[in-house]
Amino acid sequence: MFKYYPQDADKNIPETPISPEHMRYLKKIRREKIIIRLTQLIILFLAFALWEIFARLRIVDPFITSQPSRIIQTMGNLYREGVLFQHIGVTCLETVIGFLLGTIIGVIAAITLWWSKFLSEVMEPYLVILNSLPKIALGPVFIVWIGAGPVAIIVMTLAISLIVTILEVLSGFLSVDQEKIKLVQIFGGSRFQVLTKVLLPASFPNIINALKVNVGLSWVGVIVGEFLVSKAGLGYLIVYGGQVFKLDLVMTSVVILGMAAAIMYQGVVYLERFLLRKNQRGF
Amino acid sequence: MKAKVELHNIGMKYQSPNGEINALENINLTVYDREFVCIVGPSGCGKSTLLSIMSGLLPPTSGYLLLNGEKITGTSKKIGYMLQKDHLFGWRTILENVLLGLEIQKAITPETKARAAELLKTYGLYEFRNKYPNQLSGGMRQRAALIRTLMTDPEILLLDEAFSALDYQTRLAVTEDIYGIIKQENKTAILVTHDIAEAISMANRVICLSKRPGTIKNIYEINLTCTKRTPLSSREAPEFRHYFQSIWKELDIHV
Ligand SMILES: Nc1ncnc2c1ncn2[C@@H]1O[C@H](COP(=O)(O)OP(=O)(O)O)[C@@H](O)[C@H]1O
Ligand SMILES: [Mg+2]
Repeated sequence: MFKYYPQDADKNIPETPISPEHMRYLKKIRREKIIIRLTQLIILFLAFALWEIFARLRIVDPFITSQPSRIIQTMGNLYREGVLFQHIGVTCLETVIGFLLGTIIGVIAAITLWWSKFLSEVMEPYLVILNSLPKIALGPVFIVWIGAGPVAIIVMTLAISLIVTILEVLSGFLSVDQEKIKLVQIFGGSRFQVLTKVLLPASFPNIINALKVNVGLSWVGVIVGEFLVSKAGLGYLIVYGGQVFKLDLVMTSVVILGMAAAIMYQGVVYLERFLLRKNQRGF
Repeated sequence: MKAKVELHNIGMKYQSPNGEINALENINLTVYDREFVCIVGPSGCGKSTLLSIMSGLLPPTSGYLLLNGEKITGTSKKIGYMLQKDHLFGWRTILENVLLGLEIQKAITPETKARAAELLKTYGLYEFRNKYPNQLSGGMRQRAALIRTLMTDPEILLLDEAFSALDYQTRLAVTEDIYGIIKQENKTAILVTHDIAEAISMANRVICLSKRPGTIKNIYEINLTCTKRTPLSSREAPEFRHYFQSIWKELDIHV
């Protein structure tokens, strides 16, 4: 998943017909893959099955732990009330907006800091402090400034993900070989061309990495934001469920959240593969 | 002979918070049209600095230099530069890499594209034009880097230890190869190297630089008796080892 460098990809692979040994080897790795997937599924299934059984046998108290059958029931109830997809939609929309804004603003900010050495040196201590500050502490400030609503939630998300994106992309820029930059300059390339011909394509792995980290952080930002202000969304359901002691609602929301986050992360992984393919093997 | 590049009293002092580094001092040199000049010297004596100055990328702190009689004040299309590593971009195909200079200079036209294809064909890389650099051998990559430099049609090639990243066998072959290409394309070449044998095998003149601050210690005219001069045949010439010994003594390398 983290491999960007298909070095020597086909240099060493002769184009001969597949030998029986190679066939056996391929079969072996395919079998290993299947076994790993199966084991993963079994663990998931067992966990839910044990949860259900323990709850039914009252080994644990389902009022506190909830249980899978009740979660499914709760989902059904929410669906019938017509609010299930509304809550999911609100949270996902906020996350996607926060994620996209964080990425775009972060990359632009990184470019600006690279462009102006003066600016980046001036900003350095501020970035360090902002990076180490627990951004959640700013939540109440945003609410007072912006008002309790989706905008405050998105700003919360940005606060959490932006600095990390800037630092990751900037470090990508700074680790590009100076000689590659020199090469572009020798051809008479402008600073802008250095950016587009070398820095951005060379930092592609860093940018993708920032995206992956960002997906996770955006969820954190949105849920924290919803805890603080919202009247809808999965974060709201969790807080509300906790306050009225409806653990079924809390657990249901957490399960849905887990699935949504996994799907979005997978989306970024697919995006990465797509871009890599568009760039051919790249790097 | 027509003077191509003239260096007049070139000096270079690098400034850093820890002090001043006097890299080059009082360099006077004229390189003639179609000449192949090699610059040798101990490491850290300012060879790369000298090439950077000649490329127009680094303004010298004293002196001035002329190209075809005109002052060099910045990078020029007439000057091509080859670095130690090929620096082919991994995210571009060989063809796209070769076209990099033209792309930057916004000079991609059907004619220049055809010329790229022609050069790739002449130098045996045409079949690999759609491959990525990591699919090519070191020698082929270096050749692609040379074609990339040739594409903008420079009059002078600056080569900074262009072969030293290669292993010995490949290096001899690539040297032969690139020398042939440079001669065939009628270019003036200035090669920096720390390999004395490599310098003698290719050069019309070998310039010996002193330890830092680099100054010109001596210039050797290389005249070898061989039928057709190539880097490999030069190494067979009877005078080769005399030059080698003199330059070796000149550089006075202690370990
Ligand atoms: N950008 C720079 N700033 C400060 N000192 C430099 C810089 N580039 C090179 N030097 C110093 O100048 C001297 C000559 O360097 P260089 O031209 O790279 O030597 P060579 O190529 O002969 O090994 C070295 O001592 C090096 O440390
Ligand atoms: Mg050097």
